[in-house]
Amino acid sequence: MKKGLYLIAVMLLLAGLYRGEEQMVLKKAVTICLECIGIG
Amino acid sequence: MASRKIIQSFSAFVCNIYLPGFANGHIYQGGIKALCLPGLNCYSCPGAIGACPVGALQSALSGTVLRFPFYVMGTFLAFGLLFGRLICGWLCPFGLVQEMLFGLPTRKMQKSHFTARLCSLKYLLGIGLVVLAPVLLYAAQGIGEPAFCEYFCPAGTLEAAVPLLSMNDDLWAAAGWLTVWKFFILSVFLVIMVFVYRPFCRFACPLGAWYGLFNRQAALGIAVDEQRCTHCGQCAAVCRMDVRIAGDPECISCGACRPICPEHAVYFRKLWYGKNMAEVNKN
Ligand code: SF4
Ligand code: SF4
Repeated sequence: MKKGLYLIAVMLLLAGLYRGEEQMVLKKAVTICLECIGIG
Repeated sequence: MASRKIIQSFSAFVCNIYLPGFANGHIYQGGIKALCLPGLNCYSCPGAIGACPVGALQSALSGTVLRFPFYVMGTFLAFGLLFGRLICGWLCPFGLVQEMLFGLPTRKMQKSHFTARLCSLKYLLGIGLVVLAPVLLYAAQGIGEPAFCEYFCPAGTLEAAVPLLSMNDDLWAAAGWLTVWKFFILSVFLVIMVFVYRPFCRFACPLGAWYGLFNRQAALGIAVDEQRCTHCGQCAAVCRMDVRIAGDPECISCGACRPICPEHAVYFRKLWYGKNMAEVNKN
């Protein structure tokens, strides 16, 4: 069960990387988040 | 435990090590911000060098295209499986803020059945504001919103709004009722933190709710040797979180109950010790 969950975590990460999702996280993270500071 | 305070402080410092940001009111823009930090740490904090996992999840569920967030969910799952709520107790910068305020010498509110029941709130906030609200808003208006960040998160207000608004005239000029609302929420939490141990962590943090689901399976963290435990309840009695027993979903693996257990049943699960902790724990 635990090994299966680790495998799912790795597969999710790889699928996300394959789709370039880390770039979407980066794009959001390097721009001041107006919602976070209460003006969005 | 002094070592825990040192690790918490070190973690808060490393997560926010881009010090020029605090001087010039800008945020860090390096490539490593594609990685999520384990704890609640707003990515718009001027010093933050990583992404906030809760913010990243909402961001993935918001916007004009709705897609399953594989990368962020993989990160959530990996952190949960490796650490569980050890992250809350040892690594989360906002957890440290709460503990520092609780350290002020005042009368303290003790935990009770009421606080134990209030712990469920964090699951509702997580499902409601972090997952459902962005998706439902997307369905209703074609664009989702990071509702938890926008309407609630006091960590974002403290770590990002306070420094950025105070140093940036343009942002300050754009402040409105939403800003007032977020500062109101932050103020309420800051006051409660002085009297109640880790109130945000216990009652409102969606990240803690998620990590707690993995507490019993996580590779690292507090666990109980079932063969020794007599269910005397002394670990729960000494704990400031609303645990029923050490290592349950409310436990943040602080280790305070470990020397209290009369059966020496509470131990730190460590990767390299393997399964049989009873022998290690005897000493
Ligand atoms: S104090 Fe020790 S023996 Fe008592 S309930 Fe907790 S783990 Fe079990
Ligand atoms: S059960 Fe023990 S280790 Fe867990 S939070 Fe409470 S005192 Fe800390």
